Amino acid sequence: MAHVIDDETIDYVGILAKLELDGEEKEKAKKDMAQMLDYVDMLNELDTDSVEPMTHVFPVNNVFREDVVTNGDGSEEALANAPERKENQYVVPKTFI
Amino acid sequence: MSLMNLTAVQLGQKIRAKEVSVQEAAQASLESIDAKEDRLHSFITRIDRKKVLARADEVQKKIDAGELTGPLAGVPVAVKDNMNTKGVLTTAASHILDNFVPRFSATAVERLEQAGAVIVGKTNMDEFAMGSTTETSYFGPTANPFDTTRVPGGSSGGSAAAVSGAEVPYALGSDTGGSIRQPCAYCGATGIKPTYGTVSRYGLIAYGSSLDQIGPIAKDVSDCAAILETIAAPDEKDSTSIRRDSYAFTKSLTEGVKGLKIGIPRDYFGEGLDPEVKKLVLAAADVLKSQGAIVEEFDLSLVQYAIPAYYLIACAEASSNLERFDGVKYGYRTKDYEELHQMYKKTRSEGFGPEVRRRIMLGSFVLSSGYYDAYYLKALRTKALIKAAFDKAFARYDVILGPVAPTTAPKMNSSLADPLKMYLSDVYTVSVNLCCLPGLSLPCGLASDGMPVGMQLIGDCFREDNLFRAAYAYEQARGPVVSPFAREEAAK
Amino acid sequence: MSGMKQYETVIGLEVHVELATKTKIFCGCSTAFGGAPNTHTCPVCTGMPGSLPVLNKQVVNYAIAVGLATNCQITRKCKFDRKNYFYPDNPQNYQISQLYYPICRDGHVDISVNGNRKSVGIHEIHMEEDAGKLIHDNWLDASLVDYNRSGVPLIEIVSEPDMRSSEEVIAYLEKLRTTIQYLGASDCKLQEGSMRADVNLSVREVGAKQFGTRTEMKNINSFKAIAHAIAGETARQIELLEDGKKVIQETRRWDDNKGASFPMRSKEDAKDYRYFPEPDLPPIVISQEWIDRIKSQEPEFKEARMARYQKEYGLTAYDADILTDSRKVAETFEKAAAICGNPKKVANWLMDDTMRLLKDHSMDPEDIRFSPEHLAALVKLTDDNTINSSVAAEVFEKIFTDDIDPEQYVKEHGLKQVNDAGALEETIRGIVAANPQSVADYKAGKKKAIGFLVGQTMKAMKGKANPGMVNQILTKILEE
Repeated sequence: MAHVIDDETIDYVGILAKLELDGEEKEKAKKDMAQMLDYVDMLNELDTDSVEPMTHVFPVNNVFREDVVTNGDGSEEALANAPERKENQYVVPKTFI
Repeated sequence: MSLMNLTAVQLGQKIRAKEVSVQEAAQASLESIDAKEDRLHSFITRIDRKKVLARADEVQKKIDAGELTGPLAGVPVAVKDNMNTKGVLTTAASHILDNFVPRFSATAVERLEQAGAVIVGKTNMDEFAMGSTTETSYFGPTANPFDTTRVPGGSSGGSAAAVSGAEVPYALGSDTGGSIRQPCAYCGATGIKPTYGTVSRYGLIAYGSSLDQIGPIAKDVSDCAAILETIAAPDEKDSTSIRRDSYAFTKSLTEGVKGLKIGIPRDYFGEGLDPEVKKLVLAAADVLKSQGAIVEEFDLSLVQYAIPAYYLIACAEASSNLERFDGVKYGYRTKDYEELHQMYKKTRSEGFGPEVRRRIMLGSFVLSSGYYDAYYLKALRTKALIKAAFDKAFARYDVILGPVAPTTAPKMNSSLADPLKMYLSDVYTVSVNLCCLPGLSLPCGLASDGMPVGMQLIGDCFREDNLFRAAYAYEQARGPVVSPFAREEAAK
Repeated sequence: MSGMKQYETVIGLEVHVELATKTKIFCGCSTAFGGAPNTHTCPVCTGMPGSLPVLNKQVVNYAIAVGLATNCQITRKCKFDRKNYFYPDNPQNYQISQLYYPICRDGHVDISVNGNRKSVGIHEIHMEEDAGKLIHDNWLDASLVDYNRSGVPLIEIVSEPDMRSSEEVIAYLEKLRTTIQYLGASDCKLQEGSMRADVNLSVREVGAKQFGTRTEMKNINSFKAIAHAIAGETARQIELLEDGKKVIQETRRWDDNKGASFPMRSKEDAKDYRYFPEPDLPPIVISQEWIDRIKSQEPEFKEARMARYQKEYGLTAYDADILTDSRKVAETFEKAAAICGNPKKVANWLMDDTMRLLKDHSMDPEDIRFSPEHLAALVKLTDDNTINSSVAAEVFEKIFTDDIDPEQYVKEHGLKQVNDAGALEETIRGIVAANPQSVADYKAGKKKAIGFLVGQTMKAMKGKANPGMVNQILTKILEE
């Protein structure tokens, strides 16, 4: 089955992924994605109805930490790389409208 | 002969024997890098000379005081730039992190430093480890030390080129779908992707969390075993790290291959594999057979399904792992924006390169409402089938032997135009990551174009010992594989 | 509300409860409330590249405990999933939560409204991490981000759409709050945000089989506001339907000041969370032994305690209800009553003075700091007439605020009641001599004049006189 990715779909994925595609790039993205989806359709040759999806390969369970405070004031480490900060906080475009 | 022509273990021995000082070793690495970087560009960040020498001095004192006795004490090393190094720029080869200075080091890096390693720089790579050529790096490509018009492979191309080009004795790489093994094959280096969970992922900038592993890239098999022994350990900061029964990798080296059962999957030698690569890999199998290994052909099955399953899982995880790069907490933020979502979109569109954007788009799509079952869950079910096929194989064989890549290193600027074709070249490496298996890549000769060819040894989970046995035995018979850059270094 | 049609409101709740762990769900940072911005952070809860989560075991313990107390099935193998959405309060731009295998499912709690009992179904309870805090900065006209709350453990309790009125909703929330507080799993303070409710609401004609289109109202932080929001949203939806319009399925923000709700999301929020299994965290396998251990640690809950208090201490249902509203009060009551042997008096101190002082200090019962031993000692001091009731009230305030030892306090401040008849008589004779007018009034039949003389006596005795004895002696002297 040949997939066709339309503008609406690519714009929607752009909203999800927070990526802005325009003009030529958008056309290329549509083509790339359609091509990849055509390719991965190969998996439909496999009957997997009775197969459990495998998330974790090893039977490792119950990895926990104890409820003990181990960290101190990490504010300077956290904020050292901030593109914009005001004192001890990150600055972002306003979220309250 | 230069110190940079020694293996890490050999150099470590000389340092402990006081034949060579840590400073001399570091100097040799820095000078080699100075002489070759114009042509190779293995590094994104070269650590300031004074800092390297001060660190060398500190390590020398600890060695002299008897505090450091391990095989890597005092030996210079390069670290792939997707591993955090405290106080040292860590970019993952991306514009979006091109000013990021982490405040903590990856556990694997910490373990190396505790063992007395002297880090000389951070190596080039495909952006966020997404690529097979190191050409997707924001900082420009790395050249192959066997032929600078060719790519070193990827994503750990900088680490492989630095080792093969004798800039450093060894380096750390990471492997999500072949990113250690394939550049090793292209550059004539030796590397291992250990069983998932063997080396802590803490501090490794995630690409595909269920697939990523850190591992050594070195000149020979003994180095790989010694380095892995140093960096492998359970880590309470990584919930997926595993407490193994044994971490003694070096002791398997000399056990020989007598009676070792090696399976050759016929489906790894079919269409698409370069005949010269095929010939050299099969010749290597013959060498092991002549040493007493039992070598048999068999059908692994499902090989062609590994790539689509891998790309669906890797891209889905990557789309989520890379959401944190948003211009809020660290890294690049677009200069010009009016509101929040525009800031996000512009920052990410300007900050990520085309290959990364492509994979994020695909990953976001396959996880989106209505497609999750058809793509993501389908891939996880396929993964279960592939794992079962390997389980069946390892019921009969100790080691699976095959090629690493279908061809030798391609020319620069010949791969990115057709991404799907580039993805297909990972056909022999990705299932190892899907199934959490260990895979070792080592050179098995040169093709007629003078480029190295790699073979891959795949073991069952936690059975690196079998890989080291086979690889070491083969390597003894093979002899060294030396790049022109290493010869140049030796001629100094 | 116009029209001939009769409507019914259908309500389901998503209740977020911050768990009372010392540390965050995936890192060793403190959960303490009110630190300076970003001081309780580390690479994990600020989403640094390369950081990885490690699960706090106590979160699982609390989640199991709440699940068992709300009659849920515990999922024997549960997993975390990633919920992906971009927002600056969420440092990774995904939240680690549970979608496919939540830790608890299929529970219910019983509520009672105006004497009618009803069961409210619990669809599931899942574990997740809280987000950071955003505040608006007027000077920059931008938002500031503080990640101190980022990664604080939450459970989200998702009810079935079983409620039909704000009374039922509040009864359900109160039931949850009491139960969770009894478990010690959270302090459940709505005003501090440690308990928050999202209200899913739809309306339909009475008798209709299908549910109407629902809206979700987010993070309403008081019972009063919840009642307002339910009334407001019900009216808005009915008006839409009456006008022949459709209710749009959307998330709305209730503004209690304006008394109205507003749509919250823009087109940039697709509400497509792309959930997938969290690869950084292995599954959690919960054994029967683990469940049994948590079950065995379960406290006696409010209903059982209420019944027992009526039987064991002879309290009225009303008093038992108040005393058992908070586990802290109930346990203080039981311990103090056992020490002093006077449950009625202990109950009175807790129901009257304690509740008044909590209100004065804007405190919750869980914030009570005084020990039952000191309350019991106070009761003893009044029972054996060592202090009188007005002194006792003064001493209790010191117990409430500073948990003082009442015996020592009474001794140090000389507050013992004077029960010495000789000493009292001497003082009273002096008062009588100094107030001839009052004595004359009394003798002239104005019996009320005795009140003034009692007051003067108490004043002279600095409040410590035994009031019964003062009355008795004064009457005797005046009748002489």
